[in-house]
Amino acid sequence: MTEKRPIAEGLFTWPSPQPALLASRCRQCGVAAFPVAESCMACSGQEVDVEELPRRGTLWTWTIQQFMPKPPYNSGETPETFQPYGVGYVELPGGVRVEGRLTENDPQKLRIGMAMDVVFDAYRRDPDGAEIVSYFFKPV
Amino acid sequence: MDVAIVGIGIHPFGRTPARSGLQQGAYAAREALKDAGVQWQDMQFAFGGSASSGNADALGNELGLTGIPFINVANGCATGGSSLIAAWHAIKSGEHDIGLVAGFDKHDRGAFNADPKALGLGDWYGEVGMMMTTQFFAMKIQKYMHDHGISANTLAKVAAKAFLNGSLNPNAWRRQPISETEIAGSMMINDPLTKFMFCSPAEGGVALVLCRADRARQYTDTPVYLKSAVLKSRRFGSFEVFAPSQALEQVDGPTVDAANAAFEMAGVGPGDMDVLQLQDTESGAEVMHMAENGFCEHGEQEHLLQSGATHIGGRMPVNTDGGCLANGEPIGASGLRQVYENVLQLRGQAGQHQMPGNPRLGYTHVYGAPGISAVTILQR
Repeated sequence: MTEKRPIAEGLFTWPSPQPALLASRCRQCGVAAFPVAESCMACSGQEVDVEELPRRGTLWTWTIQQFMPKPPYNSGETPETFQPYGVGYVELPGGVRVEGRLTENDPQKLRIGMAMDVVFDAYRRDPDGAEIVSYFFKPV
Repeated sequence: MDVAIVGIGIHPFGRTPARSGLQQGAYAAREALKDAGVQWQDMQFAFGGSASSGNADALGNELGLTGIPFINVANGCATGGSSLIAAWHAIKSGEHDIGLVAGFDKHDRGAFNADPKALGLGDWYGEVGMMMTTQFFAMKIQKYMHDHGISANTLAKVAAKAFLNGSLNPNAWRRQPISETEIAGSMMINDPLTKFMFCSPAEGGVALVLCRADRARQYTDTPVYLKSAVLKSRRFGSFEVFAPSQALEQVDGPTVDAANAAFEMAGVGPGDMDVLQLQDTESGAEVMHMAENGFCEHGEQEHLLQSGATHIGGRMPVNTDGGCLANGEPIGASGLRQVYENVLQLRGQAGQHQMPGNPRLGYTHVYGAPGISAVTILQR
């Protein structure tokens, strides 16, 4: 069976039957941040709790990345195989607006305010054969 | 102590294979010194910056090693503005009488590739392809168009004006007018922004000689006074570049904060400004920055742009030298280019791109990663 590894530790619960994005929430002012931060950007508080973010939200804004970025972009693609990809901010109620790649890259199929779910999927394969898993937002 | 700009110099922007970034900076510095009728040896201090052409202090190797305090400044797109503010303080405080500010750069072709670590972000952010300033600008204008009814044609109009103004400016990089149709039809980079709606990293150098206002007329008959110079960084809740998340409740960005502080310091308002140089890393930025700096209400740009108000002959000329779109963006020099252009305009020396009506007050604004903004107000 192929090994699956998260693209970074602590971004989302992994492994898990139902993964979720992880945020920190300030004990002092209640503001949440993604990814988890050790201190609060809003009030400078240094005590935070880690919590799971909601899995469904609404698209706040978006764009399509039409050309292949230079490194540190690392998707395993070549200029020949590169596929444009969507990027957006999704407002997760009670939490934060999280920036992420979208599963959709057709501008005709994206509109501000549409419902989006967070999904976790293979992003690239590393030289050792492992699948590197990241989070994406997918239109509901 | 008030501060005056008494000398300005520029090395043409664009591509100059024969000269390094540092040499372009030295060229601009010599021009500025000549313009003020002074020698490098007369300078009591210098501030300068470059993002990819080495330390500005190395200008000493080109201009002569005189022992003065030369401080290197690095503050992203606000590097030039930050150098200027530092020089302004050095003179305003009474510490020095006269000094030089310089900015230059020479970037590779193609978009900047920023390092997530330099901004306190994890490697994953770059690996998945979000470490792109162009995406931020696209997402910001996408939301802005949705909320405030700005049309795609207005974005094309901003770029067409920039190239038209660039065609009138001998120091600009892009000197051919481009039609709105060609701009709108060029390759999509980050929806809704096409290739010709973005500025490119480029090359160039700018230098300024500043002195105590009470001595300005020793050096020039046309001093231009720096009435305010303000740099602000983002507060929590503003929508900024390179942000994996943003707060649910938004607050005004650093541009709004810097503009308000600059107007208050100068004792003038947006309606008093005659000529505006606003950060136009892409078409949408110029549109949004018009309102963020206080020159119109959100959404009013649609009518202003469609009616030609921001052209050189309009009632609110914006980016009279072609802006970043026609000049490209050598990071260290870009903010100082705006000041250079406003000094030309206020002196009445801008030639073919001179605005009519003897402008008296000029405004400059830069915005840069990861959420900083610098504003100046100049008065003749």
